Amino acid sequence: MAKKQSLAQYVANTQVWKSIFRHGPPNNARNRAAVIAGNVFLHLHPIKLKRSGVQLGYTWCMGGLTFFVFLSLTVTGVLLMFYYRPTAEYAFNDIIALREHVPLGIMRELHRWGAHLMVITVWLHMFRVFMTGSYKPPREFNWGVGVVLLVLTLLLSFTGYLLPWDQLAIWAIAVGSNMAKATPFLGHGGPGANLAQIGDFVMVSDKNDVRYQLLGGRFVGEPALLRFYILHCVFIPLVVGLLIAVHFWRVRKDGGISAPL
Amino acid sequence: MKELVNTLSDPKYSFTGVIIGFYLFMKYYRTIGTVKFFISSMIIILGVFIWMMQDPNFHAIIVWPDNVPIVILLFAVIFFTWFSIYKAAINDARIEGGETPVEGSVENREKVWTWPNLVYTELMAGTLCVVILVIWSIFLKAPLEEPANPTWAPNPAKAPWYFLGLQEMLVYFDPWMAGVVLPGLIIVGLIAIPYIDTNPKGNGYYTMAERKVAMGGFLFGWLALWVYLIIIGTFLRGPNWTFYGPFEVWDFHKVVAEANVNLSEFFWIKGLGISMPSNIFLREIVGLIVTTGYYVGLTLLCNRSQLGSSLMKSLGKIRYYLLILLLLTMGLLPVKMYLRWLFNLKYLVAMPEFEFNL
Ligand code: HEM
Repeated sequence: MAKKQSLAQYVANTQVWKSIFRHGPPNNARNRAAVIAGNVFLHLHPIKLKRSGVQLGYTWCMGGLTFFVFLSLTVTGVLLMFYYRPTAEYAFNDIIALREHVPLGIMRELHRWGAHLMVITVWLHMFRVFMTGSYKPPREFNWGVGVVLLVLTLLLSFTGYLLPWDQLAIWAIAVGSNMAKATPFLGHGGPGANLAQIGDFVMVSDKNDVRYQLLGGRFVGEPALLRFYILHCVFIPLVVGLLIAVHFWRVRKDGGISAPL
Repeated sequence: MKELVNTLSDPKYSFTGVIIGFYLFMKYYRTIGTVKFFISSMIIILGVFIWMMQDPNFHAIIVWPDNVPIVILLFAVIFFTWFSIYKAAINDARIEGGETPVEGSVENREKVWTWPNLVYTELMAGTLCVVILVIWSIFLKAPLEEPANPTWAPNPAKAPWYFLGLQEMLVYFDPWMAGVVLPGLIIVGLIAIPYIDTNPKGNGYYTMAERKVAMGGFLFGWLALWVYLIIIGTFLRGPNWTFYGPFEVWDFHKVVAEANVNLSEFFWIKGLGISMPSNIFLREIVGLIVTTGYYVGLTLLCNRSQLGSSLMKSLGKIRYYLLILLLLTMGLLPVKMYLRWLFNLKYLVAMPEFEFNL
């Protein structure tokens, strides 16, 4: 025992260890503060917080889990991107090949079930925030940021749904994107769209309405695959990452986890 | 028995059941929010679920890979709804007795170190989450069907499960409502909640008694409309989006004789026995009046009611009317559902000339 302790002590005294952790073990007040303040990830937290806000029974840790699942999805998603080409010719076969080539063989499963899980946790997080009335002043704005995050989470999942390029994928997206053609004034099948006509010239048609912009065509074809791929792998994750930063910042600035006034 | 379950789960009947259940839930939340109630109802729910799983048709649709998350969601929603009501019931009793809610007790106001208290909780939650995900991924393969074929549509073609509530609304509304206007208003409505709800109570702790109106509105939309419609859309809609009970085979042959009629046809042809006027607006006059009446009449009625006038006072005009507008629009869905079931009504206002059908 004595020997083991000295080994730990030895490690903790090496230059390498000390260069990484600039404080002693977090078992006294000074070091507990230092460990939070000195680590870029941990310093998302305050150094101390009300006991009510720490309790699992209060937050269910749902926001934290949503963030955690989002991070896991980023990692597994990057691994999938190494093996996947977003073209009608390759997409489907790449998905089949994934099973054999990606380490552990469950990367696609982790990514897909993780995506479902994130939708569930983000809903439950919103539900918790509502049930504790945490949207009330001063947190109104952060609730709004949250709603946008919720929508983006659904869109992330939705755009990813197309990528396997199987029957399930393209028809689910077809059903979803067909709704876009009914957008009032902006979709060619929506109310008011046929009002915008100059003589015989139809201003909103199936060749330029919102669905066309979304799919890059009149139906779910290769351009749609590319668009969804880029939205899914680049654009939406960037926006979500940015908004999560805003969200976390505001949690702190709005006074930390809500508690009775 | 199975026949009965099949029949009763048709939204025609089950939705009324959901509304009654919701009313009882709001009224007796203190009884529901007890451990005893939870355990006994969980035993019943699990028992029923296991019994239902014995049926091959039900089993098949539950274990279809992309449906598994919804089962998880369902149980999570049941648990967490109960759990927050349980905490609310405790707090409400304390508040009545002149105490602070649990979250505001002296002990809970005390500040604790983030390390180790919060960091360990997060670590455990994260680890548990990874374990669940890995087990889930090992035992359930991600689905992959035939390669994409734009010329052959599967039947039913379903959107991803989290949008099935919207797809289910297509039964009652045209896509511009179900797919664009209503989802848009859900988003706007959600963002507007903190600006409409000016009740300062219930900020930072679980409670029901102190914010019943807000709870009622939100929980109805979330549980009785959003979650319920997802369940219907996922488990009970088969080929051609026809209703199939949980124990029915999706056999493609089920034909539902449905002759839905527009309000204008009811009025001119069935009612007055004359042909429909050619002027669009005259033709749809009844529907236009009914729809305007729904919004204006009910708003006026609301202004008169006790709850309405007290809300108007506390919220001010803008918030109050925005609230009424959002609630009435949410209410359009159940209203149209019942009109469909009772009278086979198709559209209140049917103006295909402008693609405007309501
Ligand atoms: C990608 C999605 C989201 C992530 C990663 C996220 C993350 C978090 C985290 C980690 C917290 C700290 C407390 C906790 O864990 O509960 C939090 C708090 C909060 N979230 Fe989110 N959230 C997301 C979406 C949402 C949504 C959809 C809403 C509401 C519509 C929302 C509203 C709030 C509010 C108001 C707080 C402050 C709660 C309090 O002080 O008690 N967030 N969020």
